[in-house]
Amino acid sequence: MASSRNTSLSRSVDRVTGGVLGLLALVSGGMVLLILWHLFAGAWPAIEAGRLGAFFTDAKWQPGSQRDPQFGIVTMLAGSALVTLLAVVLALPVGLASAIFHRFYAPPLLERWNRRIMELLIGVPSVVFGFWGLMVVVPAILRIAPGTPGQSLLAGGIVLALMILPLIALTSQAALQAVPSFLLQAAAGLGLGRARTILSIALPAARGGITTGVFLGLARALGETMAVVLVCGNIPQIPDSLFDPIRPITSTIALEMGYATASHKALLFCAGLVLMLCTALLVGWISFRKNTADSAIGGA
Amino acid sequence: MLLAGCGGKESSGTIMVTGSSTVAPVVADAAKEYEASHPGVRIEVQSGGSLRGITDASTGVADLGMISRALKQDETAKLTAHTLAMDGVCVVLHQDNPVKQLDRQQLIDIYTKTITNWKEVGGNNATIVVANKAEGRSTLEVFLHYLGLDNADVKADVIVGENLHVIHSVVGNPHTIGYVSIGTASAEEKAGTPIRLVITDGKTPTMESVKDGSFPITRPLNIVTGAETSPAAQAFLDYLMSTEIHGIVEKHFFVPVR
Repeated sequence: MASSRNTSLSRSVDRVTGGVLGLLALVSGGMVLLILWHLFAGAWPAIEAGRLGAFFTDAKWQPGSQRDPQFGIVTMLAGSALVTLLAVVLALPVGLASAIFHRFYAPPLLERWNRRIMELLIGVPSVVFGFWGLMVVVPAILRIAPGTPGQSLLAGGIVLALMILPLIALTSQAALQAVPSFLLQAAAGLGLGRARTILSIALPAARGGITTGVFLGLARALGETMAVVLVCGNIPQIPDSLFDPIRPITSTIALEMGYATASHKALLFCAGLVLMLCTALLVGWISFRKNTADSAIGGA
Repeated sequence: MLLAGCGGKESSGTIMVTGSSTVAPVVADAAKEYEASHPGVRIEVQSGGSLRGITDASTGVADLGMISRALKQDETAKLTAHTLAMDGVCVVLHQDNPVKQLDRQQLIDIYTKTITNWKEVGGNNATIVVANKAEGRSTLEVFLHYLGLDNADVKADVIVGENLHVIHSVVGNPHTIGYVSIGTASAEEKAGTPIRLVITDGKTPTMESVKDGSFPITRPLNIVTGAETSPAAQAFLDYLMSTEIHGIVEKHFFVPVR
Protein backbone atom coordinates (compact mmCIF):
# COMPACT_ATOMS: atom_id res chain seq x y z
CA MET A 1 0.00 0.00 0.00
CA ALA A 2 2.51 2.52 1.24
CA SER A 3 4.95 1.79 -1.50
CA SER A 4 2.32 2.11 -4.24
CA ARG A 5 1.25 5.47 -2.86
CA ASN A 6 4.91 6.52 -2.98
CA THR A 7 5.23 5.51 -6.61
CA SER A 8 2.10 7.35 -7.64
CA LEU A 9 3.29 10.40 -5.68
CA SER A 10 6.70 10.31 -7.33
CA ARG A 11 5.00 9.82 -10.66
CA SER A 12 2.92 12.97 -10.26
CA VAL A 13 6.00 14.86 -9.01
CA ASP A 14 7.71 13.68 -12.17
CA ARG A 15 4.84 14.92 -14.26
CA VAL A 16 4.87 18.36 -12.62
CA THR A 17 8.65 18.65 -12.90
CA GLY A 18 8.52 17.61 -16.52
CA GLY A 19 5.80 20.17 -17.22
CA VAL A 20 7.66 23.01 -15.50
CA LEU A 21 10.95 22.19 -17.21
CA GLY A 22 9.19 21.89 -20.56
CA LEU A 23 7.58 25.28 -20.05
CA LEU A 24 10.93 26.89 -19.18
CA ALA A 25 12.54 25.30 -22.22
CA LEU A 26 9.69 26.65 -24.32
CA VAL A 27 10.26 30.14 -22.88
CA SER A 28 13.97 30.16 -23.75
CA GLY A 29 13.26 28.83 -27.23
CA GLY A 30 10.40 31.30 -27.61
CA MET A 31 12.70 34.19 -26.73
CA VAL A 32 14.74 33.55 -29.86
CA LEU A 33 11.58 33.48 -31.93
CA LEU A 34 10.42 36.72 -30.29
CA ILE A 35 13.72 38.41 -31.11
CA LEU A 36 13.53 37.13 -34.68
CA TRP A 37 9.98 38.41 -34.98
CA HIS A 38 11.02 41.80 -33.60
CA LEU A 39 13.92 41.99 -36.06
CA PHE A 40 11.66 41.01 -38.90
CA ALA A 41 8.99 43.55 -37.92
CA GLY A 42 11.65 46.27 -37.74
CA ALA A 43 13.05 45.26 -41.10
CA TRP A 44 9.66 44.90 -42.79
CA PRO A 45 9.28 48.51 -44.06
CA ALA A 46 12.52 48.13 -46.01
CA ILE A 47 11.65 44.67 -47.30
CA GLU A 48 8.16 45.81 -48.31
CA ALA A 49 9.57 48.83 -50.16
CA GLY A 50 11.80 46.44 -52.08
CA ARG A 51 14.97 48.08 -50.81
CA LEU A 52 16.74 44.86 -49.93
CA GLY A 53 18.17 44.85 -53.45
CA ALA A 54 20.08 48.05 -52.71
CA PHE A 55 21.85 46.08 -49.96
CA PHE A 56 23.73 44.11 -52.56
CA THR A 57 23.76 46.43 -55.58
CA ASP A 58 24.84 49.72 -53.96
CA ALA A 59 28.62 50.00 -53.76
CA LYS A 60 28.85 52.16 -50.64
CA TRP A 61 27.18 52.67 -47.28
CA GLN A 62 26.38 56.36 -46.83
CA PRO A 63 22.80 56.53 -45.57
CA GLY A 64 23.13 60.09 -44.26
CA SER A 65 24.26 61.69 -47.49
CA GLN A 66 21.79 64.26 -48.86
CA ARG A 67 23.24 64.16 -52.35
CA ASP A 68 23.83 60.47 -52.91
CA PRO A 69 22.42 58.13 -50.27
CA GLN A 70 23.67 54.56 -50.72
CA PHE A 71 22.91 51.43 -48.75
CA GLY A 72 25.37 48.76 -49.85
CA ILE A 73 26.05 46.14 -47.21
CA VAL A 74 28.63 44.05 -49.09
CA THR A 75 31.64 45.91 -47.67
CA MET A 76 30.35 45.31 -44.16
CA LEU A 77 29.65 41.63 -44.75
CA ALA A 78 33.23 41.37 -45.97
CA GLY A 79 34.40 43.30 -42.90
CA SER A 80 32.55 40.95 -40.55
CA ALA A 81 33.85 37.87 -42.36
CA LEU A 82 37.47 39.04 -42.56
CA VAL A 83 37.82 40.18 -38.95
CA THR A 84 36.14 36.98 -37.71
CA LEU A 85 38.38 34.72 -39.79
CA LEU A 86 41.49 36.64 -38.76
CA ALA A 87 40.52 36.27 -35.11
CA VAL A 88 40.15 32.49 -35.46
CA VAL A 89 43.41 32.20 -37.43
CA LEU A 90 45.20 34.04 -34.62
CA ALA A 91 43.41 32.35 -31.72
CA LEU A 92 43.41 28.74 -32.93
CA PRO A 93 47.17 27.99 -32.70
CA VAL A 94 47.48 29.68 -29.32
CA GLY A 95 44.30 28.08 -27.95
CA LEU A 96 45.31 24.65 -29.21
CA ALA A 97 48.83 25.01 -27.83
CA SER A 98 47.39 26.05 -24.49
CA ALA A 99 45.07 23.02 -24.47
CA ILE A 100 47.85 20.58 -25.38
CA PHE A 101 50.13 22.06 -22.73
CA HIS A 102 47.31 21.86 -20.24
CA ARG A 103 46.54 18.20 -21.02
CA PHE A 104 49.98 16.70 -21.59
CA TYR A 105 52.74 18.91 -20.20
CA ALA A 106 51.57 21.18 -17.37
CA PRO A 107 52.27 20.23 -13.74
CA PRO A 108 48.98 20.11 -11.75
CA LEU A 109 49.42 23.50 -10.08
CA LEU A 110 50.09 25.29 -13.37
CA GLU A 111 47.27 23.35 -15.00
CA ARG A 112 44.77 24.65 -12.44
CA TRP A 113 45.96 28.25 -12.81
CA ASN A 114 46.00 28.09 -16.58
CA ARG A 115 42.37 27.01 -16.50
CA ARG A 116 41.39 29.71 -14.01
CA ILE A 117 43.02 32.44 -16.08
CA MET A 118 41.22 31.24 -19.19
CA GLU A 119 37.91 31.31 -17.31
CA LEU A 120 38.71 34.80 -16.06
CA LEU A 121 39.42 35.92 -19.62
CA ILE A 122 35.89 34.84 -20.60
CA GLY A 123 34.46 37.16 -17.95
CA VAL A 124 36.26 40.33 -19.06
CA PRO A 125 33.64 42.78 -20.41
CA SER A 126 34.02 43.42 -24.13
CA VAL A 127 34.19 47.19 -23.69
CA VAL A 128 37.31 46.65 -21.54
CA PHE A 129 38.87 44.61 -24.35
CA GLY A 130 37.98 47.38 -26.79
CA PHE A 131 39.42 50.14 -24.65
CA TRP A 132 42.59 48.11 -24.06
CA GLY A 133 42.80 47.59 -27.82
CA LEU A 134 42.48 51.31 -28.47
CA MET A 135 45.10 52.26 -25.88
CA VAL A 136 47.62 49.40 -26.33
CA VAL A 137 47.10 47.43 -29.56
CA VAL A 138 46.50 50.46 -31.82
CA PRO A 139 49.68 52.33 -30.73
CA ALA A 140 51.65 49.07 -31.10
CA ILE A 141 50.37 48.71 -34.68
CA LEU A 142 51.35 52.33 -35.33
CA ARG A 143 54.91 51.47 -34.36
CA ILE A 144 54.97 48.65 -36.91
CA ALA A 145 53.14 50.59 -39.62
CA PRO A 146 53.53 54.35 -39.15
CA GLY A 147 51.30 56.48 -41.36
CA THR A 148 48.33 54.12 -41.11
CA PRO A 149 45.24 54.93 -39.01
CA GLY A 150 46.10 52.20 -36.51
CA GLN A 151 42.44 51.33 -35.98
CA SER A 152 42.28 48.50 -38.47
CA LEU A 153 41.38 44.97 -39.51
CA LEU A 154 44.50 43.78 -37.67
CA ALA A 155 43.59 45.59 -34.44
CA GLY A 156 40.08 44.13 -34.58
CA GLY A 157 41.45 40.65 -35.32
CA ILE A 158 43.87 40.76 -32.38
CA VAL A 159 41.27 41.99 -29.89
CA LEU A 160 38.67 39.46 -31.07
CA ALA A 161 41.28 36.68 -31.01
CA LEU A 162 41.90 37.39 -27.34
CA MET A 163 38.17 37.28 -26.67
CA ILE A 164 37.59 33.90 -28.33
CA LEU A 165 40.91 32.40 -27.19
CA PRO A 166 39.52 31.01 -23.91
CA LEU A 167 36.52 29.56 -25.75
CA ILE A 168 38.77 27.63 -28.14
CA ALA A 169 41.27 26.68 -25.43
CA LEU A 170 38.64 25.38 -22.99
CA THR A 171 36.67 23.37 -25.57
CA SER A 172 39.92 21.91 -26.94
CA GLN A 173 40.99 21.01 -23.40
CA ALA A 174 37.69 19.25 -22.80
CA ALA A 175 38.00 17.44 -26.14
CA LEU A 176 41.55 16.28 -25.37
CA GLN A 177 40.48 15.23 -21.88
CA ALA A 178 37.76 13.08 -23.43
CA VAL A 179 40.16 11.13 -25.66
CA PRO A 180 39.79 7.52 -24.39
CA SER A 181 42.79 6.54 -22.27
CA PHE A 182 43.09 3.14 -24.01
CA LEU A 183 44.11 5.01 -27.17
CA LEU A 184 46.91 6.80 -25.33
CA GLN A 185 47.95 3.60 -23.56
CA ALA A 186 48.05 1.77 -26.85
CA ALA A 187 50.24 4.52 -28.29
CA ALA A 188 52.57 4.21 -25.30
CA GLY A 189 52.55 0.44 -25.78
CA LEU A 190 53.69 0.92 -29.38
CA GLY A 191 56.58 3.00 -28.07
CA LEU A 192 55.40 6.31 -29.54
CA GLY A 193 56.88 9.47 -28.04
CA ARG A 194 54.71 12.11 -26.45
CA ALA A 195 54.86 14.51 -29.43
CA ARG A 196 53.95 11.71 -31.87
CA THR A 197 51.10 10.56 -29.62
CA ILE A 198 49.67 14.07 -29.49
CA LEU A 199 49.95 14.69 -33.23
CA SER A 200 48.84 11.32 -34.53
CA ILE A 201 46.49 10.00 -31.83
CA ALA A 202 45.13 12.68 -29.47
CA LEU A 203 44.53 15.56 -31.89
CA PRO A 204 42.76 13.47 -34.56
CA ALA A 205 40.62 11.83 -31.88
CA ALA A 206 39.70 15.24 -30.42
CA ARG A 207 39.10 16.85 -33.81
CA GLY A 208 35.31 17.01 -33.46
CA GLY A 209 35.43 18.86 -30.14
CA ILE A 210 38.13 21.25 -31.32
CA THR A 211 36.15 22.09 -34.46
CA THR A 212 33.07 22.79 -32.36
CA GLY A 213 35.17 25.20 -30.29
CA VAL A 214 36.33 26.96 -33.45
CA PHE A 215 32.77 27.35 -34.69
CA LEU A 216 31.61 28.67 -31.33
CA GLY A 217 34.49 31.15 -31.53
CA LEU A 218 33.42 32.14 -35.03
CA ALA A 219 29.85 32.75 -33.87
CA ARG A 220 31.04 34.76 -30.88
CA ALA A 221 33.41 36.88 -32.97
CA LEU A 222 30.77 37.49 -35.62
CA GLY A 223 28.35 38.92 -33.07
CA GLU A 224 30.85 40.90 -31.00
CA THR A 225 30.15 44.63 -31.03
CA MET A 226 31.56 46.88 -28.33
CA ALA A 227 35.18 45.81 -28.75
CA VAL A 228 35.27 45.98 -32.54
CA VAL A 229 33.54 49.34 -32.72
CA LEU A 230 36.42 50.85 -30.75
CA VAL A 231 39.33 49.38 -32.72
CA CYS A 232 38.25 48.59 -36.30
CA GLY A 233 38.16 52.17 -37.63
CA ASN A 234 34.61 51.58 -38.96
CA ILE A 235 35.22 52.61 -42.58
CA PRO A 236 32.90 50.57 -44.80
CA GLN A 237 35.37 49.35 -47.41
CA ILE A 238 37.08 46.22 -48.69
CA PRO A 239 40.53 46.47 -47.12
CA ASP A 240 43.70 46.28 -49.22
CA SER A 241 45.84 45.22 -46.30
CA LEU A 242 45.69 44.20 -42.65
CA PHE A 243 46.35 47.82 -41.70
CA ASP A 244 43.24 49.24 -43.41
CA PRO A 245 40.15 50.04 -41.34
CA ILE A 246 37.05 47.92 -41.85
CA ARG A 247 33.49 48.04 -40.62
CA PRO A 248 31.68 44.90 -39.44
CA ILE A 249 27.86 44.82 -39.50
CA THR A 250 27.64 44.93 -35.72
CA SER A 251 29.60 48.21 -35.64
CA THR A 252 27.16 49.79 -38.06
CA ILE A 253 24.18 48.79 -35.96
CA ALA A 254 25.80 50.03 -32.76
CA LEU A 255 26.96 53.33 -34.28
CA GLU A 256 23.81 54.23 -36.16
CA MET A 257 20.78 52.57 -34.55
CA GLY A 258 20.21 55.24 -31.90
CA TYR A 259 20.49 57.98 -34.47
CA ALA A 260 18.67 56.57 -37.48
CA THR A 261 15.48 57.88 -39.08
CA ALA A 262 12.66 55.61 -40.20
CA SER A 263 13.89 54.07 -43.47
CA HIS A 264 17.54 54.01 -42.39
CA LYS A 265 16.45 52.25 -39.20
CA ALA A 266 14.55 49.58 -41.15
CA LEU A 267 17.71 48.91 -43.17
CA LEU A 268 19.72 48.52 -39.96
CA PHE A 269 17.16 45.94 -38.81
CA CYS A 270 17.66 44.19 -42.15
CA ALA A 271 21.39 44.16 -41.52
CA GLY A 272 20.71 42.62 -38.10
CA LEU A 273 18.53 40.00 -39.77
CA VAL A 274 21.30 39.14 -42.22
CA LEU A 275 23.75 38.78 -39.33
CA MET A 276 21.32 36.58 -37.42
CA LEU A 277 20.97 34.43 -40.53
CA CYS A 278 24.77 34.03 -40.72
CA THR A 279 24.92 33.01 -37.05
CA ALA A 280 22.02 30.59 -37.57
CA LEU A 281 23.88 28.99 -40.48
CA LEU A 282 26.99 28.63 -38.31
CA VAL A 283 25.03 27.05 -35.46
CA GLY A 284 23.22 24.80 -37.94
CA TRP A 285 26.56 23.70 -39.33
CA ILE A 286 27.84 22.92 -35.82
CA SER A 287 24.88 20.65 -35.02
CA PHE A 288 25.02 19.06 -38.47
CA ARG A 289 28.70 18.23 -37.90
CA LYS A 290 27.97 16.92 -34.44
CA ASN A 291 25.28 14.61 -35.75
CA THR A 292 27.46 13.17 -38.50
CA ALA A 293 30.40 12.83 -36.08
CA ASP A 294 28.17 11.02 -33.55
CA SER A 295 26.81 8.63 -36.15
CA ALA A 296 30.35 7.99 -37.40
CA ILE A 297 31.41 6.96 -33.90
CA GLY A 298 28.25 4.92 -33.51
CA GLY A 299 29.02 3.10 -36.76
CA ALA A 300 32.60 2.33 -35.76
CA MET B 1 5.91 64.47 7.14
CA LEU B 2 8.22 65.04 4.22
CA LEU B 3 5.39 65.11 1.75
CA ALA B 4 3.64 67.81 3.74
CA GLY B 5 6.59 70.08 3.13
CA CYS B 6 6.31 69.62 -0.59
CA GLY B 7 4.88 72.32 -2.82
CA GLY B 8 1.78 72.05 -5.00
CA LYS B 9 0.32 68.64 -5.78
CA GLU B 10 0.54 69.32 -9.51
CA SER B 11 4.34 69.11 -9.41
CA SER B 12 4.58 65.46 -8.27
CA GLY B 13 4.96 62.36 -10.45
CA THR B 14 7.50 60.92 -12.84
CA ILE B 15 9.01 63.03 -15.60
CA MET B 16 10.62 61.28 -18.56
CA VAL B 17 13.43 63.11 -20.40
CA THR B 18 15.21 61.47 -23.36
CA GLY B 19 17.54 62.44 -26.18
CA SER B 20 21.01 63.85 -26.91
CA SER B 21 23.94 62.33 -25.03
CA THR B 22 25.57 65.79 -25.03
CA VAL B 23 22.68 67.38 -23.14
CA ALA B 24 21.82 64.42 -20.90
CA PRO B 25 24.59 64.90 -18.27
CA VAL B 26 23.48 68.51 -17.63
CA VAL B 27 19.82 67.56 -17.30
CA ALA B 28 20.72 64.56 -15.13
CA ASP B 29 22.63 66.82 -12.70
CA ALA B 30 19.83 69.38 -12.73
CA ALA B 31 17.32 66.58 -12.12
CA LYS B 32 19.23 65.44 -9.01
CA GLU B 33 19.06 68.96 -7.55
CA TYR B 34 15.42 69.31 -8.50
CA GLU B 35 14.43 65.96 -6.97
CA ALA B 36 16.19 66.91 -3.74
CA SER B 37 14.11 70.08 -3.41
CA HIS B 38 10.89 68.51 -4.74
CA PRO B 39 10.22 65.23 -2.92
CA GLY B 40 7.65 63.15 -4.75
CA VAL B 41 9.00 64.09 -8.15
CA ARG B 42 11.03 61.47 -10.00
CA ILE B 43 12.91 62.43 -13.13
CA GLU B 44 14.19 59.77 -15.48
CA VAL B 45 16.91 60.91 -17.91
CA GLN B 46 17.86 58.59 -20.78
CA SER B 47 20.29 59.39 -23.57
CA GLY B 48 20.01 57.99 -27.09
CA GLY B 49 20.76 60.79 -29.51
CA SER B 50 18.97 63.96 -30.59
CA LEU B 51 16.75 62.01 -32.92
CA ARG B 52 15.40 59.99 -30.03
CA GLY B 53 14.64 63.26 -28.25
CA ILE B 54 12.69 64.45 -31.29
CA THR B 55 10.82 61.17 -31.72
CA ASP B 56 10.01 60.65 -28.03
CA ALA B 57 8.85 64.23 -27.48
CA SER B 58 6.59 64.25 -30.55
CA THR B 59 5.04 60.84 -29.80
CA GLY B 60 4.63 61.65 -26.10
CA VAL B 61 6.87 58.76 -24.96
CA ALA B 62 8.93 61.39 -23.16
CA ASP B 63 7.70 64.56 -21.43
CA LEU B 64 10.77 66.48 -22.56
CA GLY B 65 13.21 65.79 -25.37
CA MET B 66 16.87 66.82 -25.46
CA ILE B 67 18.55 67.83 -28.73
CA SER B 68 22.02 69.23 -29.33
CA ARG B 69 21.08 71.35 -32.34
CA ALA B 70 18.39 73.76 -33.53
CA LEU B 71 15.03 72.36 -34.65
CA LYS B 72 14.75 71.76 -38.38
CA GLN B 73 12.03 73.43 -40.45
CA ASP B 74 9.81 70.35 -40.64
CA GLU B 75 10.16 69.69 -36.92
CA THR B 76 8.91 73.08 -35.73
CA ALA B 77 5.31 72.22 -36.58
CA LYS B 78 5.10 69.59 -33.83
CA LEU B 79 7.74 70.74 -31.36
CA THR B 80 8.86 73.83 -29.49
CA ALA B 81 12.52 74.37 -28.61
CA HIS B 82 13.68 75.90 -25.33
CA THR B 83 17.37 76.75 -25.36
CA LEU B 84 19.17 75.41 -22.30
CA ALA B 85 22.71 76.44 -23.20
CA MET B 86 25.11 77.06 -26.08
CA ASP B 87 27.92 74.75 -27.11
CA GLY B 88 30.61 74.88 -29.75
CA VAL B 89 32.20 72.14 -31.82
CA CYS B 90 35.97 72.35 -32.00
CA VAL B 91 38.77 70.50 -33.73
CA VAL B 92 41.05 68.49 -31.44
CA LEU B 93 44.62 67.33 -32.02
CA HIS B 94 47.20 65.52 -29.90
CA GLN B 95 49.35 67.75 -27.69
CA ASP B 96 52.46 66.45 -29.52
CA ASN B 97 51.09 67.76 -32.82
CA PRO B 98 52.68 71.22 -33.34
CA VAL B 99 49.73 72.53 -35.40
CA LYS B 100 47.95 75.16 -33.33
CA GLN B 101 45.44 76.64 -35.74
CA LEU B 102 43.52 75.80 -38.89
CA ASP B 103 41.10 77.80 -41.01
CA ARG B 104 37.91 76.66 -42.69
CA GLN B 105 39.51 76.06 -46.10
CA GLN B 106 42.29 73.95 -44.56
CA LEU B 107 39.71 71.88 -42.69
CA ILE B 108 37.74 71.36 -45.93
CA ASP B 109 40.94 70.26 -47.68
CA ILE B 110 41.88 67.90 -44.84
CA TYR B 111 38.43 66.33 -44.61
CA THR B 112 38.25 65.81 -48.40
CA LYS B 113 41.86 64.54 -48.57
CA THR B 114 43.14 67.40 -50.74
CA ILE B 115 45.66 67.94 -47.96
CA THR B 116 46.98 64.62 -46.66
CA ASN B 117 50.21 65.52 -44.82
CA TRP B 118 50.57 67.59 -41.66
CA LYS B 119 53.55 69.47 -43.14
CA GLU B 120 51.18 71.17 -45.62
CA VAL B 121 49.53 73.00 -42.72
CA GLY B 122 52.70 73.71 -40.75
CA GLY B 123 53.07 70.43 -38.90
CA ASN B 124 55.42 67.45 -38.97
CA ASN B 125 55.98 65.26 -41.99
CA ALA B 126 53.27 62.71 -41.21
CA THR B 127 50.13 61.41 -42.89
CA ILE B 128 46.96 62.95 -41.50
CA VAL B 129 44.50 60.47 -40.02
CA VAL B 130 41.00 61.87 -40.45
CA ALA B 131 38.44 60.91 -37.82
CA ASN B 132 34.80 61.52 -38.72
CA LYS B 133 31.67 60.95 -36.67
CA ALA B 134 29.12 58.25 -37.41
CA GLU B 135 25.95 59.08 -39.32
CA GLY B 136 23.17 60.86 -37.49
CA ARG B 137 25.20 62.63 -34.77
CA SER B 138 24.44 66.32 -34.41
CA THR B 139 28.15 67.08 -33.96
CA LEU B 140 28.63 65.71 -37.48
CA GLU B 141 25.76 67.79 -38.86
CA VAL B 142 26.99 70.98 -37.20
CA PHE B 143 30.58 70.44 -38.37
CA LEU B 144 29.64 69.56 -41.95
CA HIS B 145 27.26 72.51 -42.08
CA TYR B 146 30.15 74.80 -41.10
CA LEU B 147 32.40 73.28 -43.78
CA GLY B 148 29.60 73.24 -46.35
CA LEU B 149 30.22 69.58 -47.12
CA ASP B 150 27.99 66.59 -47.71
CA ASN B 151 28.98 63.49 -45.74
CA ALA B 152 29.65 61.71 -49.04
CA ASP B 153 32.44 64.26 -49.72
CA VAL B 154 34.28 63.40 -46.52
CA LYS B 155 37.08 60.88 -46.91
CA ALA B 156 37.67 59.55 -43.41
CA ASP B 157 40.24 57.06 -42.12
CA VAL B 158 38.37 56.34 -38.93
CA ILE B 159 34.68 56.65 -38.06
CA VAL B 160 33.83 57.03 -34.40
CA GLY B 161 30.72 57.35 -32.27
CA GLU B 162 30.86 59.07 -28.93
CA ASN B 163 32.81 62.26 -28.13
CA LEU B 164 35.11 60.28 -25.84
CA HIS B 165 35.84 57.78 -28.61
CA VAL B 166 37.13 60.72 -30.71
CA ILE B 167 39.35 61.88 -27.84
CA HIS B 168 40.75 58.37 -27.29
CA SER B 169 41.41 57.98 -31.02
CA VAL B 170 43.46 61.21 -30.97
CA VAL B 171 45.31 60.12 -27.83
CA GLY B 172 45.98 56.66 -29.30
CA ASN B 173 47.29 58.04 -32.61
CA PRO B 174 48.94 61.51 -32.42
CA HIS B 175 48.46 62.13 -36.17
CA THR B 176 44.68 62.03 -35.86
CA ILE B 177 42.40 65.02 -36.37
CA GLY B 178 38.92 64.90 -34.88
CA TYR B 179 36.14 67.20 -33.72
CA VAL B 180 34.05 67.15 -30.56
CA SER B 181 31.87 69.32 -28.36
CA ILE B 182 33.93 72.11 -26.78
CA GLY B 183 32.40 71.10 -23.45
CA THR B 184 33.81 67.57 -23.72
CA ALA B 185 37.18 68.76 -25.06
CA SER B 186 37.66 71.36 -22.31
CA ALA B 187 36.75 68.89 -19.58
CA GLU B 188 39.21 66.32 -20.96
CA GLU B 189 41.97 68.88 -21.41
CA LYS B 190 41.46 70.05 -17.84
CA ALA B 191 41.63 66.44 -16.64
CA GLY B 192 45.11 66.15 -18.15
CA THR B 193 44.30 64.22 -21.34
CA PRO B 194 47.03 65.10 -23.89
CA ILE B 195 44.84 66.92 -26.41
CA ARG B 196 44.77 70.44 -27.83
CA LEU B 197 41.73 72.49 -28.81
CA VAL B 198 42.62 74.01 -32.18
CA ILE B 199 42.20 77.71 -32.96
CA THR B 200 39.70 77.85 -35.83
CA ASP B 201 39.49 80.81 -38.23
CA GLY B 202 41.63 82.73 -35.73
CA LYS B 203 39.16 82.15 -32.88
CA THR B 204 40.11 80.22 -29.77
CA PRO B 205 37.47 77.68 -28.75
CA THR B 206 36.51 78.78 -25.25
CA MET B 207 33.29 79.30 -23.35
CA GLU B 208 33.79 83.07 -23.83
CA SER B 209 34.08 82.92 -27.62
CA VAL B 210 31.00 80.69 -27.75
CA LYS B 211 29.15 83.10 -25.48
CA ASP B 212 29.91 86.24 -27.52
CA GLY B 213 29.17 84.36 -30.75
CA SER B 214 32.60 84.94 -32.26
CA PHE B 215 33.51 81.24 -32.43
CA PRO B 216 32.45 80.01 -35.88
CA ILE B 217 31.01 76.58 -35.01
CA THR B 218 28.32 76.83 -32.35
CA ARG B 219 25.03 75.13 -31.67
CA PRO B 220 22.19 75.50 -29.20
CA LEU B 221 21.46 72.73 -26.70
CA ASN B 222 17.68 72.55 -26.60
CA ILE B 223 14.90 71.04 -24.58
CA VAL B 224 11.93 70.31 -26.83
CA THR B 225 8.29 69.91 -25.89
CA GLY B 226 5.42 68.39 -27.85
CA ALA B 227 1.81 69.53 -28.11
CA GLU B 228 1.02 68.94 -24.44
CA THR B 229 3.24 69.30 -21.40
CA SER B 230 2.18 67.97 -18.02
CA PRO B 231 2.26 70.46 -15.13
CA ALA B 232 5.06 68.49 -13.48
CA ALA B 233 7.17 68.54 -16.65
CA GLN B 234 6.41 72.24 -17.15
CA ALA B 235 7.63 73.00 -13.62
CA PHE B 236 10.89 71.13 -14.27
CA LEU B 237 11.25 72.90 -17.63
CA ASP B 238 10.83 76.26 -15.87
CA TYR B 239 13.60 75.24 -13.48
CA LEU B 240 15.87 74.30 -16.42
CA MET B 241 15.18 77.68 -18.02
CA SER B 242 15.94 79.59 -14.80
CA THR B 243 19.27 81.08 -13.77
CA GLU B 244 19.47 78.52 -10.95
CA ILE B 245 21.14 75.92 -13.17
CA HIS B 246 23.94 78.19 -14.46
CA GLY B 247 26.40 76.53 -12.11
CA ILE B 248 25.53 73.07 -13.47
CA VAL B 249 25.72 74.25 -17.10
CA GLU B 250 29.14 75.80 -16.54
CA LYS B 251 30.37 72.75 -14.66
CA HIS B 252 29.86 70.84 -17.91
CA PHE B 253 31.73 73.55 -19.88
CA PHE B 254 28.64 74.79 -21.70
CA VAL B 255 27.51 78.41 -21.91
CA PRO B 256 24.35 79.54 -20.09
CA VAL B 257 22.07 81.66 -22.24
CA ARG B 258 20.24 83.76 -19.66
